[in-house]
Amino acid sequence: MPEAPPLVAAERAAHPLPADLLKGLHRTMLRIRRFEERAVELFLTQELPGFLHSYLGQEASAAGVCAALRRDDYITSTHRGHGHVIAKGLQLDRMMAELYGRTTGYCKGKGGSMHIADFSRGILGANGIVGGGIPIAVGAALSAKMRRSGQVVATFFGDGASSQGAFHEAANLASCWTLPILFVCENNQYAVSTHCGAQMRIPDVALRGASYGFPGIKVDGNDPVAVYLVTSDAVERARAGGGPTLIETKTYKWLGHYVGDPGAYRPKEEVAGWKANDPLPRYERYLIERGVMGEAEIEAVRGEVHAEVEAAVEFARSSPLPRPEDALEDFYA
Amino acid sequence: MSEIFYKEAVRDALREEMLRDERVFLLGLDIGRFGGTYKATQGLWEEFGGERVRDTPLSEAAIAGCAVGAAMTGLRPVAEIMYIDFTTIAMDQIVNQAAKLGYMSGGQARIPVVFRTQEGAGRSSAAQHAQSLEAWFAHIPGLKVALPATPGDAKGLLKTAVRDDAPVMFIEHKLLYNTRGEVPEGEYTIPFGEARICREGSDVTVVALSRMVLRALEAADRLAGEGIRVEVIDPRTIVPLDIDTIVASVEKTGRLVVAHEAYTRCGFGAEIAAQVMERALYSLEKPLKRVCGKNLPVPFAPVMENFVIPGADDIVRAVKELL
Repeated sequence: MPEAPPLVAAERAAHPLPADLLKGLHRTMLRIRRFEERAVELFLTQELPGFLHSYLGQEASAAGVCAALRRDDYITSTHRGHGHVIAKGLQLDRMMAELYGRTTGYCKGKGGSMHIADFSRGILGANGIVGGGIPIAVGAALSAKMRRSGQVVATFFGDGASSQGAFHEAANLASCWTLPILFVCENNQYAVSTHCGAQMRIPDVALRGASYGFPGIKVDGNDPVAVYLVTSDAVERARAGGGPTLIETKTYKWLGHYVGDPGAYRPKEEVAGWKANDPLPRYERYLIERGVMGEAEIEAVRGEVHAEVEAAVEFARSSPLPRPEDALEDFYA
Repeated sequence: MSEIFYKEAVRDALREEMLRDERVFLLGLDIGRFGGTYKATQGLWEEFGGERVRDTPLSEAAIAGCAVGAAMTGLRPVAEIMYIDFTTIAMDQIVNQAAKLGYMSGGQARIPVVFRTQEGAGRSSAAQHAQSLEAWFAHIPGLKVALPATPGDAKGLLKTAVRDDAPVMFIEHKLLYNTRGEVPEGEYTIPFGEARICREGSDVTVVALSRMVLRALEAADRLAGEGIRVEVIDPRTIVPLDIDTIVASVEKTGRLVVAHEAYTRCGFGAEIAAQVMERALYSLEKPLKRVCGKNLPVPFAPVMENFVIPGADDIVRAVKELL
């Protein structure tokens, strides 16, 4: 199986990435991190209704993938989807408003945390059914191919979803029709509480690519540059008519399945190990070592993102609640 | 008017819509080169090519989901699920995705997808190829449900389904494909939510779905010989349902029979009955009757299959009991 590190190392050496791209990855990761930290606080103080699946710890994966996509490329996302849609370019204020169930939210309060969509940004929706977005993404890829639009699709899902029949059916169909799609499996190690080692007898989901006749590549999901490079390669292949790629980003969800799940099924050393591998400080060290950003600039970005998230919270709090009868709108059948 | 087979009506509707709108395409198992299990897509692969008449792997969830994704991104797919019994495998995509994503996205998504399938017993196919499951889909907000009983309705309703911006379950009947009927010349569509009064009568109202419409007409013919005038109504679409036409008929006759092949329990007949009672309970001179499939899996042997699926005799008996 092709593995990312040698490829990434070679590409890094041969083609240093532009500074604005590297800085963009950093800002995206920070925006996801701060948005998620704040959402967790607001949820625990019961300001947010429903329930919340935190993306904390996985920021590099969404940032790296989406940086390799065009604005009009499509993504489908998951119940743990805030990171994907932020990375694809959504505004934090309208996202936060959706979490609050306000009329100014992306779905006018009809979707909530698990269902944020913005078609103008190619975001075909996060999905509450594990694996449910994968066949839809294949349909979007078919549509792109039939319309000759040059768009590609990235469908995010987790290690748990890779056991769903929908994944298998969708991957096989995409392969049969050589569709422009990236199957991005974010392996955060647990399907709810069940470790991936108990769900499959192979070490990597990426191995499954071979059974569909397309490449499966695993990559360090806590390294945004590695994820970006692997994704860029797959996007280029897809756009050129080369068909699907399965990318497995190895990462870790810091919190349990949902906010409020203490995650007691995870060994303490495992959690500590992954937290020590926090993608943000690791990437910031990289940026400083490379001379891309200095401490002061990083601190300034932190301040900006912090302010952006606070403004988003204020926007959501001050936005109107829907009227009960607004439930009747946006219904076409 | 010309007389054509039901399967030809389906094919003609698809062909006309594909010629009219290049965004329309077909996908499903065996629909291309093979022409469809019931030959309802015969000749379309030859005419439009494999790009627009797409044979798929045997993957109902992927067929349905792929259609949803294509519909969300600018195309108008018609996905065939070979038997309605197989929608079980595609249910997440139909029920949780197609029916809901338009609403959940705050109205951003339009999902103009048609799921074509067929139902019904009568071919000794046993319990996994003979069900009538329309009530499942009618239960789900966000899906429209059409059940054409004649070639003319099949063509006109399918053209409407393809043009609708909401997901439509288009449910054909396997024993109707080789029935013939008149179809208007030239372009026409039939709006959803308009029942057809197939036969006027003043004694008893029979509301029948899909192939039971033919059996209801057969029963009405026989009863006419005894001087009993039966009004037969085919709702044609059950979502939206033209309850007004049904209620008006019940107010006239005071007697109601609902007939379908689907299991009696929680079948769509129960919904029709409930709506009639909400609107016109005191017009009913006798308790209404349901002439529907027995609450059993459909058995294989023809003699047992005929026992669980109602026929014209059962309708005749029910009508007489109401008089």
